[in-house]
Amino acid sequence: MRDRQEKSPATDSAARADALRFEDVSVTYRSGRHDRRVLTGVSLAIRRGESYGLVGESGCGKSTAAFAAIRYLARNGRVSGGRIWVDGRDLMALSQAELRRLRTESVSMVYQDPGRALNPALRIERQMMEVFEVAEGMSGDRARSRAREMLARVQIGSPDRVLRNYPHELSGGMQQRVIIAMALSTSPALLILDEPTTGLDATVEAEVLDLVATLRAEFNNSILFISHSLPVIARMCDRVGVLYAGELVEEGPVSRVFHAPRHPYTVGLMRCVPRYGLHKSQGRLETIPGFLPAPGSITDRCVFVTRCANATERCAHEVPPPIVQEGHVARCFYPDRAAQLPRQSLQDSAALSTGAAADAAGSAGAAPLLRAEHLSKTYLVSGKPFHAVHDVALELWPGETLGLVGESGSGKSSLAKLLLGLSVPDEGSAIELCGDALPARAEDRTRGQLKALQIIFQNPGAALNRSQTVRRLIGRSLRLVGLSAAAQEVRLREIAASVRLTLRHLEEKPRQLSGGLKQRVGIARAFAGGPGVVVCDEPTSALDVSVQSAILNLLVDLQAERQVSYLFISHDLNVVHYLSDRIAVLYLGRLMEIGPSEKVFAGPHHPYTEALLSANPSLEEHGVQRIRLRGELPSASNLPTGCVFHTRCPRKIGAVCEREEPPFALAGEGHAIRCHIPAAELGRSARAANRPKEPR
Amino acid sequence: MAADVSTRPTEPEATSSPGRERWLAAARSPTLIAGLLILAFWIVCALFGAGITPRDPYADDLLATLLPPSAAHWFGTDQLGRDIFSRVIVGARDILIVAPLATLLGTALGTALGLCIGYFRGALDEVISRIIEALQALPLVIVALMALAAVGTSNTSVVLVIGFVFTPLIARTVRAAVLNETDLDYVAAARLRGDGALAIMFIEILPNVLPIATVEMTVRLGYAIFFVASLSFIGFGIQPPSADWGIAIAENYSLIGSYWWTVLFDAGATASLVIGVNLVTDGLAGVLDA
Repeated sequence: MRDRQEKSPATDSAARADALRFEDVSVTYRSGRHDRRVLTGVSLAIRRGESYGLVGESGCGKSTAAFAAIRYLARNGRVSGGRIWVDGRDLMALSQAELRRLRTESVSMVYQDPGRALNPALRIERQMMEVFEVAEGMSGDRARSRAREMLARVQIGSPDRVLRNYPHELSGGMQQRVIIAMALSTSPALLILDEPTTGLDATVEAEVLDLVATLRAEFNNSILFISHSLPVIARMCDRVGVLYAGELVEEGPVSRVFHAPRHPYTVGLMRCVPRYGLHKSQGRLETIPGFLPAPGSITDRCVFVTRCANATERCAHEVPPPIVQEGHVARCFYPDRAAQLPRQSLQDSAALSTGAAADAAGSAGAAPLLRAEHLSKTYLVSGKPFHAVHDVALELWPGETLGLVGESGSGKSSLAKLLLGLSVPDEGSAIELCGDALPARAEDRTRGQLKALQIIFQNPGAALNRSQTVRRLIGRSLRLVGLSAAAQEVRLREIAASVRLTLRHLEEKPRQLSGGLKQRVGIARAFAGGPGVVVCDEPTSALDVSVQSAILNLLVDLQAERQVSYLFISHDLNVVHYLSDRIAVLYLGRLMEIGPSEKVFAGPHHPYTEALLSANPSLEEHGVQRIRLRGELPSASNLPTGCVFHTRCPRKIGAVCEREEPPFALAGEGHAIRCHIPAAELGRSARAANRPKEPR
Repeated sequence: MAADVSTRPTEPEATSSPGRERWLAAARSPTLIAGLLILAFWIVCALFGAGITPRDPYADDLLATLLPPSAAHWFGTDQLGRDIFSRVIVGARDILIVAPLATLLGTALGTALGLCIGYFRGALDEVISRIIEALQALPLVIVALMALAAVGTSNTSVVLVIGFVFTPLIARTVRAAVLNETDLDYVAAARLRGDGALAIMFIEILPNVLPIATVEMTVRLGYAIFFVASLSFIGFGIQPPSADWGIAIAENYSLIGSYWWTVLFDAGATASLVIGVNLVTDGLAGVLDA
């Protein structure tokens, strides 16, 4: 309350003005001797107290817009046209001193990576007090008590402890809370959130988004919320602007834009996201064909024309004006046709049905392809054992996809590394390939065994050797097969074609390829030797949604053609559900639940799975109560006793959870849950029962 | 709010070939060009010195000793009446053979060693890294002097000794770069297709640490020139009758009060060569982003 009273004596006209207003803003970057326009004629207005979302894929100019709004572009960038008002003031007319005041008092910004926005050498206390000392000229003690107050308001349970911590002692979610607290300390008129939850786990993301929503109601400031995620924007914002190639192609109230989009790009973007509960057997994912044009390269026609199925002659020769209908703007000649954008999915259903059939045949097959038992990995971290993976047993059948889900730190990637032989499991662990014991180290495996087990990495940039051409990258993996030079060349071209790479790409180096193309090279490399099992370690998490859907389609096609099994690791439940036949849920290196994917999704579920599902952002409203996990992920070097989940479990039944590790209980065919609560009771979901949640 | 510069958008990435871009950047770097011009001048002197000197650099003229700079002798003459200008030009030869060879030797050995300890890590790395640190605590000139005193001095032994002395220094730099590389997934991918350690080190990792090794090499070249000149000055480096700059300074430094030109031009030549190499280093580091 007191914050608002300190700030309110604003003049009537300023109060009437918007918190942020862009009028026909263009931004150019100078690169070499060329100017590149990355933002073209963007006009938008954020009213007082409004939350405005800016959505679009990477390279569309979202962050540039945010930095332009505080006049903090990179040194080679400048606002080359239009005007910007922040909190009623003309940004371009401000002197350096006024600009500094504006940035301290009226605007705050929260970045994507909280770890890098905090100074690692200073305690949280010092960094937070500075905000009050500089912005409001407070003395030490008052600043400290205000800092503590702010931490309490961002729902940090023990603010005194956090104040004494250094940033690295806090989890990512906690760091982001601290930054949000700092950003709100000056009660800014405008809060800019640039992908604030992108680096966080789904459960933490859900918590931070809840917090932002609560604080917004409390502080009543305007928000510019930048995100690539449509569900997040849909949840957090009143109005949304869709950026494409530096142009605002559509803008309007969230409910209208997401329910009746009027620009084909928005339609494409929405269709790319795998819907909640969609499975590969039900259809392919939509993609947006083609590539994002270089920013500023298209000036004489519609920026989306090359990728638009609705495009006509006119779109290729004229720039569409913004067409307004009841506060809903679209830069398209045919906004009414957007919803009827032709789908591509129906054409390929043949490949799908064979794929589904193969799955069925596979799971009926006699022996599992890959089998792990008592798989554990313990590291010694400063003398203490750290259980990255603990006693995991799983089987992978020919042609099936096993999804592996869990928060970061749950041991998903550690498990994959053990299977691949990239790290050596503890004594007593056993891995079998086609019934034969598999040596622990990749170096001890035979060519055939290496060939059979391959991986697609998360970050295609790091997974491809930057000094080699695509031809060499794929070719070196082909040597495992042992072909003649001529046969190898034929095989190389065939593999490249199967991941939709052209011959031109073969001579390029990774740096010249986009993220999606790099990942295709990674896939080609994994498939070069004709593998039986491919581990997909978050293969699309570094990619944009339109690229993601194309890569997922490719994985489905390759599986149908080549009968490979996937171990598919992802934190995105919709993606996992789309691809997987069975799903395994990991928590602190332990398997908590495993079963057919529709059963795992439909329930009964493990309370942890339930929380994950509830945190899963989705464009469709589920109409169910959200479940939030309290507290932090315990450290794997200091595990809770009994059930490892009891410290955060919303359905803890009592002392038994702290005392005994629950055994796996069967909840249906092939569906096992590790919980003390009987499966039948788990089925009466906490969400359905609408039970009040108790943190303890 | 703390500003994170690295998350700010920069210009969109160009798609033209990375090699060509690098050469364009090199052509635009004034430091690199200035350094290369200085270096080229001395290399020409070293290669064609005997042919372009106005006088015979080795000819005594006892009637013209210690003459100040004049039209006839641009840099004056020394105690034996030899033309200093001609001697400075010819003097580039030995140092420009010995210093680069020593650097090249040190870089090759150091890169190989750095690759091994960086790739295998573990006990090998611990032991070798500690030895390298211990060596770094010793003054290198003293180490080299002792070694040269033991094996006897010649151009070959100077190359070998400086090469070995530089090896651990370069190994350390390369090791740090290799440690970063081994964490990248492409190394895991190579292991998964059955590549051996040698193939991974030299085919996969080496090309990616080469820019860093190259920059380190040019840094070391600057030191090597200085090193060789110092050794020559105290009589353990290049040996007379070479017109080497270090030797010339050693022979004449007692005369500096009255006959400054006998020392100044040789010292200036040494300094300009070191500066030239350092300019190249700075320019290359910018172009190779290493």
